[in-house]
This record gives sequence, C-alpha cells and structure tokens, in this order.
Amino acid sequence: MLSFILIQNRQGKTRLAKWYSAYNDDEKIKLKGEVHRLVAPRDQKHQSNFVEFRGSSKIVYRRYAGLFFCACVDANDNELAYLEAIHFFVEVLDQFFGNVCELDLVFNFYKVYAILDEVFLAGEIQETSKQVVLTRLEHLDKLD
Amino acid sequence: MSSLKQFIRNVRAAKTIADERAVVQKESAAIRASFREESNNSDVRRNNVAKLLYLFTLGERTHFGQIECLKLLASPRFADKRLGYLGTMLLLDENQEVLTLVTNSLKNDLNHNNQYVVGLALCTLGNIASVEMSRDLFPEVETILASSNPYIRRKAALCAMRICRKVPDLQEHFIDKAKLLLNDRNHGVLLSGLTLVVSMCEADEEEGGEQGIVEMFRPLTGSLVKVLKGLSQSGYAPEHDVTGITDPFLQVKILRLLRVLGRGDVQVSEQINDILAQVATNTESSKNVGNSILYEAVLTILDIEADSGLRVLGVNILGKFLTNKDNNIRYVALNTLLKVVAIEPNAVQRHRNTILDCLRDPDISIRRRALDLSFTLINESNVRVLIRELLAFLEVADTEFKSIMTTQIGIAADQYAPNKRWHADTMLRVLKLAGNYVKEQILSSFVRLIATTPELQTYCAQKLYASLRDDISQEGLNLAGAWVIGEYGDALIRGGSYEEENLVKEVRESEIVDLFTAILNSSYSGQIVTEYIITATIKLTTRMQDAAQVDRLRRLLLNRQTDLDVEVQQRSVEYGNLFGYDEVRRGVLERMPPPEIREEHRVLGEASKKRHSKLPAAKKKASQITENDLLDLMGGDSTMPASESSAIINGNQHNASADLLADILGGDNTMSSPVEQSSSQLSNGQARPQGNMNSIMDLFDSQPSGNGVSASAAPSNDILSGFGSPAPAPQQTQQSQGTSHTAYNKNDLFLIFTVQRSPQAVQVLARFKNQSAFESFSAVNLQAAVPKTQKLQLQAISSAELEAGGDATQQMRVTGVNGPPPPRLRLRLKVTYAKGGTAPTTEQVDWSEPT
Repeated sequence: MLSFILIQNRQGKTRLAKWYSAYNDDEKIKLKGEVHRLVAPRDQKHQSNFVEFRGSSKIVYRRYAGLFFCACVDANDNELAYLEAIHFFVEVLDQFFGNVCELDLVFNFYKVYAILDEVFLAGEIQETSKQVVLTRLEHLDKLD
Repeated sequence: MSSLKQFIRNVRAAKTIADERAVVQKESAAIRASFREESNNSDVRRNNVAKLLYLFTLGERTHFGQIECLKLLASPRFADKRLGYLGTMLLLDENQEVLTLVTNSLKNDLNHNNQYVVGLALCTLGNIASVEMSRDLFPEVETILASSNPYIRRKAALCAMRICRKVPDLQEHFIDKAKLLLNDRNHGVLLSGLTLVVSMCEADEEEGGEQGIVEMFRPLTGSLVKVLKGLSQSGYAPEHDVTGITDPFLQVKILRLLRVLGRGDVQVSEQINDILAQVATNTESSKNVGNSILYEAVLTILDIEADSGLRVLGVNILGKFLTNKDNNIRYVALNTLLKVVAIEPNAVQRHRNTILDCLRDPDISIRRRALDLSFTLINESNVRVLIRELLAFLEVADTEFKSIMTTQIGIAADQYAPNKRWHADTMLRVLKLAGNYVKEQILSSFVRLIATTPELQTYCAQKLYASLRDDISQEGLNLAGAWVIGEYGDALIRGGSYEEENLVKEVRESEIVDLFTAILNSSYSGQIVTEYIITATIKLTTRMQDAAQVDRLRRLLLNRQTDLDVEVQQRSVEYGNLFGYDEVRRGVLERMPPPEIREEHRVLGEASKKRHSKLPAAKKKASQITENDLLDLMGGDSTMPASESSAIINGNQHNASADLLADILGGDNTMSSPVEQSSSQLSNGQARPQGNMNSIMDLFDSQPSGNGVSASAAPSNDILSGFGSPAPAPQQTQQSQGTSHTAYNKNDLFLIFTVQRSPQAVQVLARFKNQSAFESFSAVNLQAAVPKTQKLQLQAISSAELEAGGDATQQMRVTGVNGPPPPRLRLRLKVTYAKGGTAPTTEQVDWSEPT
C-alpha cells in the first residue's frame, strides 16, 4: 500500500503531495525533505529506482525531466509494479495536458489531484485503463 | 479579488524569498478577510478555497480555511462539492476533530442519485476515513458495493478495504460482497476487489487466522486461475495494454492473492502450480512490465507449497534477473534471493558466480546485497572458493563494508575451515588487508586458534612478524602480532630464518625489539596496542637469550613507567618489579596453557545454527526472513557497540581494553561486562558463562590494586568469590525470581500465573484455586495462545477436578520462534470449567503480563 506520493522538482520544491497515512504537519515537512535528499543525489544511470526508507518502507521513484515522482510503499510490495504504476499515472497526465510540463502541474495543481484520485484510492491503484480515466475526467470537467 | 491564476503568477514572479513571503502573506490576509465577510456567493468562496489550497501546497498554514471547505461540501452545486472534497482531503486527515462535521455531508452524498457526487464522497471516505467514520458509514458502502455502476463499485471496494483496516470487526459485512467482486468482469472492479480481499486475508493471517477468512476465499481459486490464464494468453487488448502485456497490474494482484490462498495449503497450491509455471515461462521478460509479473510469480512460487521443479524454475528466473542490464531487476533479484536462500540453498548456489559478479556492480546497494548473499552461501564444500573471492573483494571493498566483511569472513573461516593452516592463512590475510576493521571477537578467536594449535605457532609468529615488518598501520595486525610474538618469541627466534616471497630472511632478536620500538614510536600505537606491546615485552624478556636485548626490553618498560596512561604506567611498574624476582618471573611468564574451546565460546558461531532453526519459520513469511537473516549477519557485531557503551557507562575507558588484556591473558574470549552479556544474550538468545577473570587472578596471585579492580569490577561477584571454582552455574544468576500475577478471578475460580524467565524461555506456572467453600469444580481446562512470533508448550493440568478449597497446577513454556523469548508475555486464554455440577462455561480472556 502507498503511504504517500510526492512530486518534487530537482530543487526539492514539492509540486504535489498526497498522503494516504495520517501524518501531522511537522512530519509532512520532514518527510518531504528526507525524500528529496534521498532521491535527488542518486545516480540515474547506475542506481536502481528503489531506496529503503525508514526501515519498514521503501521509496519507488522515477525521474521525468526535472521532476521526481516518488511513491512510498510497504517493504513487501512489488517495487517493479509500483514503478509501472507511476509510469501509468504520468502517461495519463501526459495525455490529459498534452505533453505535460512542470508548469502545467503548478497552474493546474487541483486538476492533478483530481487525476491522481481517479488512478489511486486509499493508497491502492484503482483503474488501469487510461481511456477510462480520461473519459471520466472529461465528464467531471463538464459538470463543473 | 485576484484569480487563482493571477495569484500563482504573482508568487512565481517574486524575485526573492522575502518578496514571495510578502505576496503570500498579503493574499493570505485577503483570503481571511474575505472569509470573515460571510459572503454567500459560492464563486467567491471557491476562488478563496482554491487559493488556499495553493497556499497549502506551498507549505503555508491553512487551518483557518477548514470550515470554508466544509461549507462548500454542503452546497448543491457540483463544482462547489468537488473543490470542497478536494480541500477536505488535503487539509484534513483522520486525526482532526473537524472531520466529524464531514460525516453528515458524506452520508448525504453517498446516498445521492448522481453517480459523480457519490464518487466524490467515496473517494474522500477512502482516503481519510477515521475509525468513527468507518463505523458510521459502512452500511452505505455496503449498499453501493452492489451498485450496477462499475465506477462507484470499484471505489466502494477500496473504501471497504479502508474501513476494514480501520475497524477489523466490520470485515464480516463485506466478505460475501467481496466474493462477488472477484467474479466481476470489469477490470477496475476486479482489481479493487482483489485488493480488498488480499487486505482482509493478510490482516486475518497477522491475527493468527482466527476468523478463517483465507479459508472462505480458497474455493475461488479456480476462477482466479481462469482469469489469470485469460490475461496471460490474451493477444493485444488495447484498453489495458502496457507495452504488449494485458493489464499487468491485474495479473500482479491475482498472483498476490493466489500466494495468500496457497500459502500452507497443499491442495490450493496444486491447483495453481500449472498457471504459475505458465506465467513464469511465457511472460515476456525484456521490459519492466513483464518482469514485474515474473517477480510476483516467483514470490508466489516460493511462498506456496509448490513442487520442487517449479521452485527451481522460480530461483532460476531470479538468477536470470541477475544478468539483466536494468539495475532495478538486479536489485529485486538479490533482495528475493536473500529471502529464499534459507529455503532453497542448492538452487541459489547454482547462481553463485553471477552473485559474485554483482560484488563489482556500480550500484552500492546492489554490492551490499550481493555481499550479504555471498556470506549466506558459504558452506563446507565451497568455502575455499568463496573466501578467496571475498578476500579479493575485501581489497577493493568500500570502507563501510570492511568491518562486516572481516567479521563474516572470520565466522565463516571458524565454521567451515577445511584445515587449521587454511584458517590461519585466511585470518592472516584479513589482518593484512583490513586489520583496522577487525572486531575484538574475531581477533581473539584467531589468537585462540594459534594458542590451541602448537604446529602453527612458529608459522604464524613468522608470518605476523614478516607482515609487521612490512606494515604497522593496521591495528588488528599490530595486536595479533604483538601477542603472538610475545607468546611464541622463543619459537620465532629458534625458527631462525623463514622464507618470504622466495627470499630467506633471518630473525634477529635485536630486530624484534626494533620492531616493537618502532610501533610504540609511531602514530599507530593506540592505547590498546601499547598495552599489548608492554605485555609482549615482558614476556620476551624470558624468551630471548641475548642479555643486551633483554636489557633493551627492560629499558623500554622503564620508559613507560611514566606513561600518561594509568593502565600502561601501572603495568610497566608491575612488570619492572618482576625483574627483582627472577625465579617468579620465569614462572609467571611461562607460556599460556591452550584455552579450552567450549562450544558456546566459539566466535559468534550461532549464525549457522540459527539459520537452520529458522527453516520452518522461513516458509511462513518471506518478508520476515530477510530481516532475520540480516540480523544473523549483523549478529556478529551487535555486541561491539555494547562493549563501547559499557566502557562509557562504567566511566572507565580502561574497561574495554583491560577486558581485552584479560581475554588474551586468560586465553579466552568470554566477554566480561554485564552490559555486554545481556546484549549478547539478546542477540544470540544464548547465555555466555561468566567469570573467566579467575585466570588473571590466579596468574598474578596478588590483591587487585585500585586499577585492577576497575578492570575487573564489571563482571559479577563470582570473580571475588570464585577463585577456586571456575564459572559457577550462570543460569541461576540469569534467572529472575518468579513473579506472580492474577490472570483470572471469577465464580470463585482463582487463577494465578507465576512467571519465571531464563534466557531461552519463559516458564509460566498456572495455579488454579477453588475459593468456594462448598462447591467443587469439574472439567477445569485452560487453553492458551501466543502471538505468531512465539511458541507455546502447554502441559496437561494436574487435576481437572477441584474440590472446595483445592488447587491444581499447569505448566506452560513460551519461547521465541527465532530469537529470545518475549520481554512481556501476551496470552489469549480460554478457561473452561463446570461449577458444582452445572453445565461447563467457557470464557476467553486476553492477559498481558503487567510491567
């Protein structure tokens, strides 16, 4: 199960933070900093996309241009599958915004959360068809 | 009021942090002012909340906006609700009190006739539901699970999962519905349903499988296998295709549930053998997607009661992973191999060379895992090859690996050495390559090896002497060298010349003294090294013939009589005085008798025993094994920090080093301070006898002086008392006195537990007492259960009939499945009895030991 998802840029600015476990504000700030310090300096070519984190969990991350998509999962979860899930989410973002870039995420942060909520729920992946997610988002935006 | 877009632009346009703060604070104040105006225009409110959420993503304080979010929830407009729920999910979590105010809105919206509104409510519930909310809203979720709309059905399935995690008692409401979900044709619903079922099963397993949830889902195995078969054989399915593979997420989830269902059940395992073999052989492995499925399949194969051919296939897939170019794949492969090596040692052995290649991987985390794995692979038949590889790696290894490597090589050599010469050579090599990282226990085991093997003494003395002439910068080498040269100096000198790299070299007495002087004058003469050399020096005075050199040694000791270090100073003075009593000196400095090697003294030897004893447990849960194996690996040095801390606790730096000296003098590696002892018990679950200090006392046969006491103060009183009798039974001092607690007291039946602890187990004596004056009890029976990490042995009750005022006893014994017994007992008790001929009553109570 996911404990949280973070999207951070290379400077460590958090563009999206979704928490599936209850953390208080101080912990959230600490976690953001820790994850950034752990993930940003890693060698993209020679190191794996998984880092052990606080003993009982691990960070699965993937870098897209200047953005790190980080997911904190349980130690016995399938890392490879979560890596694929991150990619799935990014592909949905990409199709939704049409060649997504960091600024899209900044100005439309509330939409990004909405998309995230269509892909993951309660820390688990809920839909695996891009088309279903995108159609659903289209409907939702029409209702606004 | 500016728009959200404008606000974001303003923030981004700020040139300095101070500017940004100003913009943020201005806007924050404006939002608050606007909230206070109580406008009922929902467009304004939405604009405000949207900006508030942006502030939130910037990490600003936003609690003042919580209520505004809740107001949006109550609005009939969809746009309001949507933003309101988004805000609620971001700004609130399950621990906030305001959340109770959301419950009502959620209840209304869960019953809304618009599916999108229901969707929003479910999403919020799934992400932040608290215990109270779960209790209040589970009936709605239960209803929605039967909805015909797949979109809200799958959301409800995940909500149900969250609810069951929060309130396990509510599980029973969802079991039947969950079964239906597993037959759903919609991928999203099926996936969510699987997630729900996996979560329920795993939660129940953790509780010991009391509810039998797994049993309830086992009959569905057949249909799951069919679905998986369909997925793995299907051609291109555009809707769920990921680079040529149909819905890998669903496949992974099904495999995971099959693992849960097949674990410990031969029949189910048989049912899924075929499909696992099929997935394992047919899944395309060139991309991450395929490998994620293969990986999950391997985990399942190794966890269930699969036949041996399939298990080998599973390990071979991992072996193939190791040669993959992708770091991620190698990483998971090593992680998994570490887990399975205890269960399938032979299958893993076959990939030894690939694993050794990973020691040279550019990724340090892969190197570390490969190293851990290499150590677990060592056995009698391959110890020579593997240690040779590891020694080669030790030469180039990262500094952080060296300490654990020296320890592990030491343990492996101690356990599997084909002969003593090889053992000694290996340790000599370790000392030369990484002498600065060798732990005290490893060093003393090496010294013990030499002391107990007369035929190696000259050889080792020569080797160490030669190595020291080469290099005096390695502390471990200095220590071992000083001790061995001191002890066997006569053999070294008598041996005369020796061959080193085909050159015959002469040993001269003067050169030995030169060597010691050189070390003492170098920057490598730490306190302990100095202490060792001082003791070696006095020994050499009886082993050398040349009076001139003996005099040099005497002067060397004399110089140290003014040493700033009290321990060194005192020893030098004592040794100096020995010169006045020549006949005593010869006697005192005779060779040490070879120490007796008792099984419990073997260096950290438990590692292998523990690994074997874990076998049955290993099958249970793969995830636990890694940690335990790591513990095993770490087990070796876990006593080290304790020895450091003991020195600090006692406020006496000498303690650790003096212990070492005592060790060496006593020729024994027993650790002496109680702190160390207790920690070593914790890590090894085995007691080490105390009281080897006797030997020093015997040796010097003198009143311990002030400093001597500080060195030996740490061990318990048996030093002072036990001059004659070595090692009084340690068990008794270890065992705490039994303490009694009331476990049950009802209907005149009184049950007392008397708990007694030993390092291996906790003994519980249950005493039943009939407190009634007239009536008797019959069919008295006590059953007990312990958490999964422990094991319980329950004896029969001494008498099932209790006359009035009579009593009976029953014995229990609790041990840890792996490791020491629990520090605090937790028992689930079932007490059955019939009072005065009435029907028997049964009662279940949870008892935990009062602290």
